[in-house]
Amino acid sequence: MNNLEKPSSTNHNNRYIIIGVSLLILTILTVWTSYFTATVGVSIAIALAIATLKGSLVASFFMHLITEKKLILVILFFTVIFFFALIFLPFSDTMNNVGIPNDY
Amino acid sequence: MSTTEHSRQSFWRQYIFSVDHKVIGLQYGLTSLSFLLLGFMLMVLMRWQLAYPGEVIPWLTFVVIFILLGLGILLLSGKSRPYLALNSLIFFGIAALIWYFTTGEERLPGGIMLPEFYNQLGTMHGTIMVFLGVVPLAVGAFGNYILPLQIGAPDMAFPRMNMVSYWVYFIGGVLMIISFFLPGGAAQSGWTSYSPLADINTGQTMWLVAMLFIIVSSLLGAINFIVTTVQLRAEGMTWFRLPFFVWTQFITAFLLLLAFPSLQIGAIMQLLDRVAGASFFIPAGIIQGGKVLEYSGGGNPLLWQHLFWFLAHPEVYVLILPAIGIITEVVTNNTRKPLWGYPAMVYSLFFIGFMSFLVYAHHMFITGMGTAVTTWFQTTTLIISIPSIIFLAVIVFTLWGGSIRFTTPMLFALAWVPMFGIGGLTGLPLGLAPPDIHLHDTYYVIGHFHYIVAPGSIIAFFAGIYYWFPKICGKKLNDNLGKVHFWGTIIGMNLTFAPMLVQGMAGVSRRLYDGGLGYDHAQPVLFLNEWMTWGAWIIGIFQIFFILNIVLTLRKKSRSEENPWDATTLEWATTSPPIAHGNFITEPFVYHGPYEYNVSVNGQNVPYLPQHKKMDIED
Amino acid sequence: MEIPFTVSERPDTGLTNPKFGIWLFLASEVMLFGSLFSSYIILRTGSLDWPVQSDELNITIGAINTAILIASSLTMVLSWTALKEKQFKRFKLFIGLTILFAVLFLVLKIWLEYIPKIHHGHILSTNTFFAMYYLMTGLHALHILGGVVVMIFFWGPGSKMWQTNPDQFVNRIEVVGLYWHFVDLVWIFLFPTLYLL
Repeated sequence: MNNLEKPSSTNHNNRYIIIGVSLLILTILTVWTSYFTATVGVSIAIALAIATLKGSLVASFFMHLITEKKLILVILFFTVIFFFALIFLPFSDTMNNVGIPNDY
Repeated sequence: MSTTEHSRQSFWRQYIFSVDHKVIGLQYGLTSLSFLLLGFMLMVLMRWQLAYPGEVIPWLTFVVIFILLGLGILLLSGKSRPYLALNSLIFFGIAALIWYFTTGEERLPGGIMLPEFYNQLGTMHGTIMVFLGVVPLAVGAFGNYILPLQIGAPDMAFPRMNMVSYWVYFIGGVLMIISFFLPGGAAQSGWTSYSPLADINTGQTMWLVAMLFIIVSSLLGAINFIVTTVQLRAEGMTWFRLPFFVWTQFITAFLLLLAFPSLQIGAIMQLLDRVAGASFFIPAGIIQGGKVLEYSGGGNPLLWQHLFWFLAHPEVYVLILPAIGIITEVVTNNTRKPLWGYPAMVYSLFFIGFMSFLVYAHHMFITGMGTAVTTWFQTTTLIISIPSIIFLAVIVFTLWGGSIRFTTPMLFALAWVPMFGIGGLTGLPLGLAPPDIHLHDTYYVIGHFHYIVAPGSIIAFFAGIYYWFPKICGKKLNDNLGKVHFWGTIIGMNLTFAPMLVQGMAGVSRRLYDGGLGYDHAQPVLFLNEWMTWGAWIIGIFQIFFILNIVLTLRKKSRSEENPWDATTLEWATTSPPIAHGNFITEPFVYHGPYEYNVSVNGQNVPYLPQHKKMDIED
Repeated sequence: MEIPFTVSERPDTGLTNPKFGIWLFLASEVMLFGSLFSSYIILRTGSLDWPVQSDELNITIGAINTAILIASSLTMVLSWTALKEKQFKRFKLFIGLTILFAVLFLVLKIWLEYIPKIHHGHILSTNTFFAMYYLMTGLHALHILGGVVVMIFFWGPGSKMWQTNPDQFVNRIEVVGLYWHFVDLVWIFLFPTLYLL
């Protein structure tokens, strides 16, 4: 496949700019919502949801995942599973002790 | 690169900073075997102390033995083989190190082992064996040398990064050795380096820095192996035509890639605790020697264990999967029949790789985890035993009805089966939380994992060395010396490790520098300490036959045929050793699966069908 | 035999070797930063006196830095499309902007965050919050620095490859871009975690 394709990429460039602007808007949204949410759980959920959305935009468009073939997507899928294992398995142990300090 | 360009390469470019996977594989091989020898020697010192606690260690005998071995290599190599002669330096080096241990007051003053030094030996034995010995041999040596050949590739995907991987590993290894010479000595908090002890104990800083290098080396290597396996397969080499050895290296690379980062972070955090006063793992109010230490506190010691074991459990599969790959190659080749259940093996491999990330806290059953978490890890641990059973079953079914050739590599491979069986089965009580409460941190655990690594992985590596030696050097190792090596090693290993299971069940704790002498419950099984030490001696003495075999064979001028085992896989489709750049004279094209032994072609029986030979197999 | 697919894509995977390699590296980085986030959760939920983060950290600077990094991600990808459109000068402009944004990020971080904090006596050993803050943002900053060094190389001496091997040069910029977007992605999660929650 020839890397130096004919320039149909003004569309692509516009798309990237739109994504970039969306990311900036979402950043403002993240900061704005952090001032208003009350409970811990809800703040975390909203902050992570927006971050995940921003991350997905970066990954799908800037990193071209949306046009990639299966192999990379499969590898990343399993990486994400192991990422969640790394986040939740240790936490599932220590969350039994939330409220009890680390050095009790 | 053309041959004229190749011959114009300087000595340094060709042999030291080579980008050829075969040279790098040999570098890894020689370095890792040297580390295995060093790790073994550290253990011999420990075992003497355990058998005869408080008595003078016969260090001079050990020094003399190593000097004699070095001189033997020098003599046998002679002037005709100067590079072979250089290997004597390894033996002189180990002799010098043992002598060094007797100097000063902190290690073996007067030849008597101090407890702190015992802890250093234990920590460094484990560290060196796992990170500097087994993995670099399994992956760096065997993987690097054989994988590109078996897939029909000219080299690894990133040859320069391959070279960097080796030298970064080398630096890590040198740093580990240097740690013995620093004030306070080498690390002494166990290879598991649990906080908070490891945060404040001597010797740990250099260990952590060395680990950072070693981990980087593994990560670079893992990337190389995965890209190579996916992208550089020769035409016709579809996924299910790959030799099983390649599959094991491929999955192992993913384990290294995705699990090592957690230890990298843990190591950085422990380093910061030690040098920057951070308290990642240090609880508030920690007291050492009656004094409260100056830390902010608030850290969690168990966090270290989670980060460590998240790596270290997949790490043990890194230790065994390449071995399973080697055994599969040797067994199929020496039963002269296809592998019984190739798809089952591959799917089991995926399953074991996946599950290995979900079982790690079975190393933490006694840390006070809640019942739900414990149940999770216990359940996943039992589930993960299933693929191993499938591996063993497939190999046994492959043997059934085969024309078994009892070549030297095959002896090792056959012995591997029951040895790995014992290793795996002894793991089951450890994977279940209730019996683990009794067995954790006892000699039972040591017996279990040594059965898997020593008569498991190491036996498989011997099989691989005997099997692929003619490929690498163009000559077969001597069979008679090989058989002597085999029997002595197997008997020695069982004598060393079986009693550990007994001692452990009796409740003898691990990491005791007096072998349990001070404990009532250990008294009835103390006599086994001497047996195990004799077992270790036997293992050591019989390795002399192995070393002798290698030196004598390398010294010979005559060559054996290029495919002395009548093997089918692609590495045998080129010269022995393979040509320097590009491996294959013409690019191979693959027509069959990897284990087409005794198949029918046009009504005729073909004893073996190389993968690159175009012939139609009938069912 | 030459090593295949160093510049051209292998048909069944759609990947060149270097692009595959960088994705695998990024997968390991997901686990690297994942370990940090996991540690953060454990240390924070196990703490009785975790400081109110927005009292200790300047949200405005953090938000500005987030915007800077997003902008740099945009200029990075635009530098790649410029090359694909054979606009070498535009490439140099956009990758130059990326470098400037990255350096600005580091300048803000070091001069407006790290140095004042150190003068205030807030260092790694102060408490576990600061230990995690310095470790997470510090490791991230090192990644930025690494990216800047590589980008400067490709803006400068490395750009000669555009004359000798343009296909390979475009691929290399794409690979750098993938790394750079990942560094941006990590910050997208770091910022709310450390500054807002």
